[in-house]
Amino acid sequence: MIYLQLLYSYLKIGFFGFGGGYAMLSLIQNEVVVQNQWMTNAQFTDIVAISQMTPGPIAINSATYIGYTVAGFWGSVVATTAVCLPALTLMILITRFFLQLRDNRYVKGAIAGMKPIVVGMIGAAALLLMFPKSADGASFIDGWSWALFAVAMAASLKKVNPILLIVLGAMAGVAIYYLPTIM
Amino acid sequence: MNRYLQLFFSFLKIGVFTFGGGYAMIPIIEKEVIDNRCWIERKEFLDLLTLAQSAPGPISLNTAVFVGYKLYGYRGALTALAGVVLPSFLIILTVAIFFTQIRHNQIVDAAFKGIRPIVVALMFAPALGFARSISGVATAVAAAVALLIWYAGISPILLLLAGAVIGILLAARRGKEV
Repeated sequence: MIYLQLLYSYLKIGFFGFGGGYAMLSLIQNEVVVQNQWMTNAQFTDIVAISQMTPGPIAINSATYIGYTVAGFWGSVVATTAVCLPALTLMILITRFFLQLRDNRYVKGAIAGMKPIVVGMIGAAALLLMFPKSADGASFIDGWSWALFAVAMAASLKKVNPILLIVLGAMAGVAIYYLPTIM
Repeated sequence: MNRYLQLFFSFLKIGVFTFGGGYAMIPIIEKEVIDNRCWIERKEFLDLLTLAQSAPGPISLNTAVFVGYKLYGYRGALTALAGVVLPSFLIILTVAIFFTQIRHNQIVDAAFKGIRPIVVALMFAPALGFARSISGVATAVAAAVALLIWYAGISPILLLLAGAVIGILLAARRGKEV
């Protein structure tokens, strides 16, 4: 049943979502595109773009959007609730046992051990979008894509506002792919 | 009931006005919770923030939960969480409903062809930024992890668990040496 699948996938995403938004995107991509094939890489990229441009945490935004795309209104309710539940329970536990946790050697060790994995996960998410396993729904379609990618890469390393970059990308897309068809 | 409403609307405000997610939200939460409402001491807030960052889940959610819980227990946690999630949920749901209708418009389609490479760059740049902040060995591990997930299709959850176990073993060994 689709709701149970969504619930299970998003509970996993919430529970293992270490390292914040972008790292969670890697988990979301794995569940939604790779494992369950609810959407293509290109659709997933679109949702990431939309989540960036709307207020709120990207994990919540994408859960709502993907839940809606996969199973309508109740799908979005299930996915959003599921992604929040682990954070809710774990943070309450952490707040209660704060003092014991803060100085625990093993907790620190586990967190330190996961750090490079989280960085690698973000890298993998980007690689999967650049070189998807199937040509269907690729995010990079021609030389223009790579040129836009290179410019955006340089700009975002210089801390240019991501929303501005997305808006400029949209304008470039219209100029490159739409205008020639009507002229 | 009034105090719950106050908590709810504070976090609703935080949810509505933060673009770009987690880290953009922290200063706004800090201002509202410490300066405007005096709900929590700054030092305690910063301590808990460190844990909220290491815990799984979106950082803004985690912060809402601990502030709410500190104030009014379980109900407080739920109230703050609902406040921070509700705006995103409603806005995105509206966008999703609207966007499915215009998705096949040629102009929209062209715009998204231009947006996709930008989004990939936005995901790639923080990975490079993080890679510079960790040691050489850790960077090599991160590169290997990226290849294992991308090329070999290994589950990221398995790799996370492996990383946690190795981290715990290393901590245990260090503990014996001391």
